[in-house]
Amino acid sequence: MRTAFIQELIAQARQCPEIFLAVGDLGYSVVEPFAQEFPDRFLNAGVAEQNLTGLAAGLAAAGYHVFTYSIANFPTLRCLEQLRNDVCHHDLPVTVVSVGAGLSYGNLGYSHHAVQDLGILRTLGELTILSPADPGEARAAVRWLATHPRPSYLRLGKAGEPELHEPVGLREAPLVLRPGRGNLAIAATGSVLKCALEAADLLAAGGLDLAVLSCPWLQPVGDEFRAAFAPYRRVLALEEHVATGGLASLLRDTLPSGVIITSRAIPTAVTRLVGSQAWLRQQAGLDALAVAAAARELAGP
Amino acid sequence: MSGASQQLAAAARAEALRMVARARASHLGGALSMADLLAVLYTGVLRVRPAEPEWPERDRFLLSKGHACASLYATLALQGFFPTTELLTYGQDGSRLMAHVCHRVPGVEFSTGSLGHALPFGVGLALGAQRQGQAHRVFVLLSDGELDEGSNWEAILFAPQHALANLVVLVDYNRIQSLGAVSEVLELAPLADKFRAFRWAVREVDGHDHDAVRTALEAVPWEPGRPSCLIAHTVKGRGVDFMQNRLAWHYRSPNETELAAALRQVGGTP
Repeated sequence: MRTAFIQELIAQARQCPEIFLAVGDLGYSVVEPFAQEFPDRFLNAGVAEQNLTGLAAGLAAAGYHVFTYSIANFPTLRCLEQLRNDVCHHDLPVTVVSVGAGLSYGNLGYSHHAVQDLGILRTLGELTILSPADPGEARAAVRWLATHPRPSYLRLGKAGEPELHEPVGLREAPLVLRPGRGNLAIAATGSVLKCALEAADLLAAGGLDLAVLSCPWLQPVGDEFRAAFAPYRRVLALEEHVATGGLASLLRDTLPSGVIITSRAIPTAVTRLVGSQAWLRQQAGLDALAVAAAARELAGP
Repeated sequence: MSGASQQLAAAARAEALRMVARARASHLGGALSMADLLAVLYTGVLRVRPAEPEWPERDRFLLSKGHACASLYATLALQGFFPTTELLTYGQDGSRLMAHVCHRVPGVEFSTGSLGHALPFGVGLALGAQRQGQAHRVFVLLSDGELDEGSNWEAILFAPQHALANLVVLVDYNRIQSLGAVSEVLELAPLADKFRAFRWAVREVDGHDHDAVRTALEAVPWEPGRPSCLIAHTVKGRGVDFMQNRLAWHYRSPNETELAAALRQVGGTP
């Protein structure tokens, strides 16, 4: 996903002379092509995320649309107050990009498990929050951001994620990938969407045709977002994030109270484990079999 | 120019005293310690246009010690950025003159209040100007206490790396921070040596000597390719003898009697 990000950012930077990339001494073998093509619009600020985010706000005030880039919790939680006070309060065009959403860096341990970012950043009402599921969604997100310079957060996976669906662009609403034939939907944000699609395939083989929605757009939520959920009375929300403040929480906050939201998220205990992303997802019940079982139970007899 | 800046400093001190007293607000000590620095900056050092606060070529001034904004608001109003009558709304319900400096006020570039934010932002402004080939400068006024913040040292490390000669830091070195003397909380000395070790050009002045401050600021950058740091030795509460060097005036607002006495000392009308 990070390769799709940088390729699309370079493409956009050729059109938009305001685009600036500032990294926190991370991005080896990813950001070099941007740095080579746009040396005047690239900066490595060093291992100093507070200064990175504060100076990004300053560069934005000087006329740039700054993309800050780092991994895991470093460009978000480490410098949360700079994001709140300097970027959001001053309404400046800074897009925070974090690679390694959820448990992408699973075996690097707790410090690199990025599973509280959405809950924390959703409280910053000025932020647009995008959480693509695959390289195609990531490219669409970058295209949208390039034409909407504002305080924003782009939550990316890592590398090697498969393309999960045909590119359909970015809307301020979920993407309905399978409409289903009932009123039960699985909604996912981020690359765990793959698990939702696999679970839906398993269930379809047994005759249960579920809807699957991808949710790259998480904030702000408006009528278009709510309308996409209108056909569904029960939603199973999948996310590589703790339950507090994430996708399920957002749906409970924004959909009508009659809609039953069931959450599959990362239990805090799982953040203390170390392992591959796939194994950690299994520990959290975020694998295709477990999700299919949960959905079957929700569907009833 | 010294006469004009002396007059401005006296008037700004008087306005700040009235504003803080009326709002029952705090932070007079730091507002008074930096009043002379502001007066010199706004009488000829900063290239600004009060009638055109968003003039693109203006120098950018950032107040990092945003809690002390009463004297900045007063200075800006007295220089014509907005009417002095608005000063009476300081800290009142619905006012844009909130008690930490606010970018919605004409002449204010950046809101602060949490310490350690303005210098990284200023570094970004200075880098932006450098990359775009623009001639304006960025001045950032820091307190001494906020040099405890790691974010400042991240920015202090960054600025010389990128040869930000268009960046000027002023340290209001009044030696008293929120809960005690700087020397007792986290000693900064030798502060000039610290900045020099971080590859800044450094000068030290009496922060109440207008001619010395002006001479130093008019000569920036002092060394080619380096940011400049002016360590201004000041007195917290300067101008009012019963406030000077008294920690309590980081918090207290003057009662009627104290206000009248303070105004007499700074040359303002009660």
